[in-house]
Amino acid sequence: MSTVFIALQANEETRPIIEAIEQDNPNAVVNHQPAMVKIDCEDRIVVRRETIEELIGRDFDLQEIQVNLISLSGHLDETDDEMTLYWNA
Amino acid sequence: MDMKAGSGKKLGLKEKYRHMTRELDWETTYQTRQDVHPLVEYEGIKIHDWDKWEDPFRLTMDAYWKYQSEKERKLYAIIEAYAQNNGHLNVTDARYLNAIKLFLTGISPLEYMAHRGFAMAGRAFPGAGPRVACLMQSLDELRHAQTQIHSLSNYNKYYNGFHDPAHMLQRVWYLSVPRSFFDDAVTAGPFEFMVAIGFSFEYVLTNLLFVPFVSGAAYNGDMGTMTFGFSAQSDEARHMTLGLEIIKFILEQDPDNIPIVQRWIDKWTWRGYRVLTLVGMMMDYMLPKRIMSWKEAWEVYFEQNGGALFKDLARYGIRPPKWLDQISFDKDHISHQAWSTFYQYGAAADFHTWSPTDDELDWLSKKYPNSFDKYYRPRLEFWREQAEKGNRFYNTTLPQLCQVCQIPMVFTEPGDPTKTCYREVDYQGEKFHFCSDGCKDIFEHEPEKYKQSWLPVHQIYQGNCFPEGTDPTVEGFEPLAKVLEYYHVNFGRDNLDFEGSEDQKNFAAWRGMATTNE
Repeated sequence: MSTVFIALQANEETRPIIEAIEQDNPNAVVNHQPAMVKIDCEDRIVVRRETIEELIGRDFDLQEIQVNLISLSGHLDETDDEMTLYWNA
Repeated sequence: MDMKAGSGKKLGLKEKYRHMTRELDWETTYQTRQDVHPLVEYEGIKIHDWDKWEDPFRLTMDAYWKYQSEKERKLYAIIEAYAQNNGHLNVTDARYLNAIKLFLTGISPLEYMAHRGFAMAGRAFPGAGPRVACLMQSLDELRHAQTQIHSLSNYNKYYNGFHDPAHMLQRVWYLSVPRSFFDDAVTAGPFEFMVAIGFSFEYVLTNLLFVPFVSGAAYNGDMGTMTFGFSAQSDEARHMTLGLEIIKFILEQDPDNIPIVQRWIDKWTWRGYRVLTLVGMMMDYMLPKRIMSWKEAWEVYFEQNGGALFKDLARYGIRPPKWLDQISFDKDHISHQAWSTFYQYGAAADFHTWSPTDDELDWLSKKYPNSFDKYYRPRLEFWREQAEKGNRFYNTTLPQLCQVCQIPMVFTEPGDPTKTCYREVDYQGEKFHFCSDGCKDIFEHEPEKYKQSWLPVHQIYQGNCFPEGTDPTVEGFEPLAKVLEYYHVNFGRDNLDFEGSEDQKNFAAWRGMATTNE
């Protein structure tokens, strides 16, 4: 098993994104550190557009995440609906 | 009648990416592809189908400008608020600013070199996908150099040592370490550059700088550094996907590429690891309010994250980088060895050093139970006692430098922290010296490159580091004073101990004024 992670700035815009990641990835571990939030998860993290839209009540373009993204690990697969981080091994 | 411009349907991410990258490419007509891209074959990397390369973020130029401009607006709003609010007086302690001086002189110029490197790599590749991604990364890196200089220049108004980073980069002894790293990368071929910087540095190593250290800057009240740091690292997230993608792409194109890439991974992981010694010292000794130890950060971002990465790459026949056993042993030692070096050479640097407080020594003991009390604490306590008696120790003998990483030879033998590590190689009748098996191995593979290294200590001894017109034969000639003049380091203001420095006095006076009505 390998861990992937995504780190976001801790601010108003990322609060619903983090909540969406927690909802969609039950195994995700959320670490709050000064000014940032690092989310670790075994093998895979999925960020789903629809979940974020439900939480914020407006359309959301997944590429908007780049404004508050700090770092990530794993292979990335991005579509209009999902941004997935994963390892193959 | 109006022409209908499109179907009215918004393009999907993948479709838009194809239109805005591949379909903007063209075939050459009056020049051959080989003449237009002369560097693409000389490293021996074989690429059969450039179209197999895909940018996982599928970022196109229009989206790039949109999101980058939003980041810039946020960033400059915070930088301005920080400057207007005299934010520099809200940092935990003026000692902290010395980490930021190191950042400005040692790290920001690397961003500029990365900008140049990616512009060159993008120009060298025939494939449209990597060319576009390299173009964006090149712009990102230029932005990082600019935003770091803008954020940090606020400190230049009030504190010493920030005044001439571009001049210092080319001259000051320890700055040859980060400079030689990037000079080495941009003078390699385009594929090696991508593995060196795009993969090894971005993917495996930048997290250590821009995540825990920058989170630590926030912890110490430095909003400017927090903001440029996280804003830069959000670009790094894209750069990491570019680095990983380029590795996968090269490995999938031809099995002959695998041993070449493996050697580059070994070399650049080792070189990057050596450069990061500076960051280890910044985290363990220079953040008054510490966030995590260098060792802990190393375990999270290198061992856990890098370990997952290399497990994944094993399916291509790539093994983890060489010398990992030594790297793993060293995590208990390098930050202490680096601080001891800068403490001794505090008369020749452009920032201040100091003796850690009891509280800080205790923190280090707790974080480094296997090494600190046994090997490093006694020396620091001895130096502190001596300083209190008025015998602050400054080493005035210049150290031997490693021919490859250019760090003074202060590191210790694998497995034995009491014995300095020395390696040497005879080449063309000359002796070359190395700090480790890693650096020696790198030299032996490319001696014609590294025999040319501009080593500051050698240059000082050869008389090449004095201001123009200096006559070293005059009576009472003081070489160190002349070398510092050549560096543009102001003796007694920019260097020596933090205790008693102008920075210390000014910060205390201004902070006092900020919290009273005096």
